Amino acid sequence: MTETLKVAMPKGRIYKKAANLFRAAGLPIPIEVDETRKLVIALPELDMEFILAKPVDVPTYVEYGAADIGIVGKDVLMEENRDVYELLDLGIAKCRMSVIGLPNWQPGIQQRVATKYPNVASQYFREQGQQVEVIKLNGSIELAPLIGLADRIVDMVETGQTLKENGLVEMNQIFEITSRLIANRVSYRMKNGQIQSLCDRLQKALAAEV
Amino acid sequence: MSKPKGFEKPVGVRDYVPYAVDKLRAIERNVLDCMSRWGYRQIMTPTMEFYETVGVASSTSDQKLFKLLNNRGTTLVLRSDMTAPIARVVSSLLKEEPLPIRLSYHANVFRAFEEEAGREAEFFQTGVELVGDDSPEADAEVVALAIESLKAAGVASFKIAMGHVGFLNGLFEEVLSGRGNEQQAMKKHLLDRDYVGFRKAIGDLAINDEQREVLEGILRLRGNKEICDQASELSSHPLAQASISHLCKVWEVLEAYGVSEHVLIDLTMIGDFSYYTGMTFEGYAAELGFPVCSGGRYNNLLRQFGRDVPATGFALKTNRILDGVKGAVDEEKHPVLIRYTSAERREGLARAAELREQGRAVVTLLIQQESESLNKPDGMYDRVETFS
Repeated sequence: MTETLKVAMPKGRIYKKAANLFRAAGLPIPIEVDETRKLVIALPELDMEFILAKPVDVPTYVEYGAADIGIVGKDVLMEENRDVYELLDLGIAKCRMSVIGLPNWQPGIQQRVATKYPNVASQYFREQGQQVEVIKLNGSIELAPLIGLADRIVDMVETGQTLKENGLVEMNQIFEITSRLIANRVSYRMKNGQIQSLCDRLQKALAAEV
Repeated sequence: MSKPKGFEKPVGVRDYVPYAVDKLRAIERNVLDCMSRWGYRQIMTPTMEFYETVGVASSTSDQKLFKLLNNRGTTLVLRSDMTAPIARVVSSLLKEEPLPIRLSYHANVFRAFEEEAGREAEFFQTGVELVGDDSPEADAEVVALAIESLKAAGVASFKIAMGHVGFLNGLFEEVLSGRGNEQQAMKKHLLDRDYVGFRKAIGDLAINDEQREVLEGILRLRGNKEICDQASELSSHPLAQASISHLCKVWEVLEAYGVSEHVLIDLTMIGDFSYYTGMTFEGYAAELGFPVCSGGRYNNLLRQFGRDVPATGFALKTNRILDGVKGAVDEEKHPVLIRYTSAERREGLARAAELREQGRAVVTLLIQQESESLNKPDGMYDRVETFS
């Protein structure tokens, strides 16, 4: 008998792409699941259960074993630093983590960096040998340099459109971001067959796309 | 930080109320009994050790050690595991004891700054060390004992994943001969469980396609005994070959123990590679999100204390078992209540002594007034006897 595989799916931007990838891998996720407001969705014919979580919380659910596997962006993985298996690069929701500032930026005496990713930002600047003060914000990070809260920001860049419209420039890329398939340490062993076969199917679907 | 409120305690430590203690003690007793039936004798060591000796030798990373200063300014650590203290004792007090030495323990250990639930600062470990035997039999013995201990602790459904650090060391040395930094980087990816990073790094290495395939193949080395055969085809490096044949023999012994159904081989599993020197393993329970036991061979540790002998062992993470395991504990037995008037005190207390002799828990209560009604909350007492 196969057990139910609990899958933490990120709500919002990535969800649809991830669900389509599952479909491409031969796992028919019913279309109505895309629109539902339910948080836990049983998919008995697939021996799966979807848990719809806020993306930043997905690694937490997986680390604690509340979900067996999950789908989450590399940005969240880098920031949260959770002890999980990173099994597969799903290649979806591609973007990058970058340092952004005004075009005429000059290093000041006390440099401030605003970001939603304080761990990523402080680690990056430490590696660069720069001493900066990191300020955590929760959204609309682009505002910070425009109104003088910080002189630079660290944020995710997808198309660069928002930056352009606000007169900001990308100064350095920190790392590339795509969504990843992650697994709990125990589930990866206890439900190895199921997880491995899902992994293989997704990998095949990814190879076919290229 | 603001002044703590009266009920607060430092982050990462916890209280055990009687109900939890009953359960914890039951697990502890069952597991230690099981270990003693395998000839392991209990040892106790101090909570504090010198940083310079046990602290440095332990497998715990420096920033996770709980450090303090004594009144002479010497750095002490709260023990982060029992393996290093036991290595110290085996190399000093038990220096003349003939090998092999079998020791067991149940102890609280400390780790600094692991601030979230499931990452406690103080927790219990129950485990064994088998010192002075380098054979596959010894490795198999500790794995088999880990399995029996998990059963004794009441863990119903579990798996043990077993690997060998020598295999990866040999394989990397063959493919990336003399490129130490790249070898370290590849191992770091496996240690971080970052398979995406591992694959990406393979792509970036200056090696041929055949070698790439060998490295890719590592990620698939999980399963039953057939993995040994697959692995031995991947690398002809003598260290890798020796490791695989050792692991194969361990498996055969486990088959003879009749416990191989619980075991799988996972050569991607990599413990702290500076510490473990041979076979390593980790145990997983179905109802828990975190591993419940870990162990392996550490042949270099005792040398640091002046006695160069091989050793292997494991520890159960007893708290996690306590949190996750249902059942396994006997029904809670309520005490008998004996009430007596001052005139009947002698009889009442004699009866209490008699019942206690029989092993029952008894509480006594003096009846102040003849008319006093018995205030008996439901389920608090097994029964009530009155002497008046």
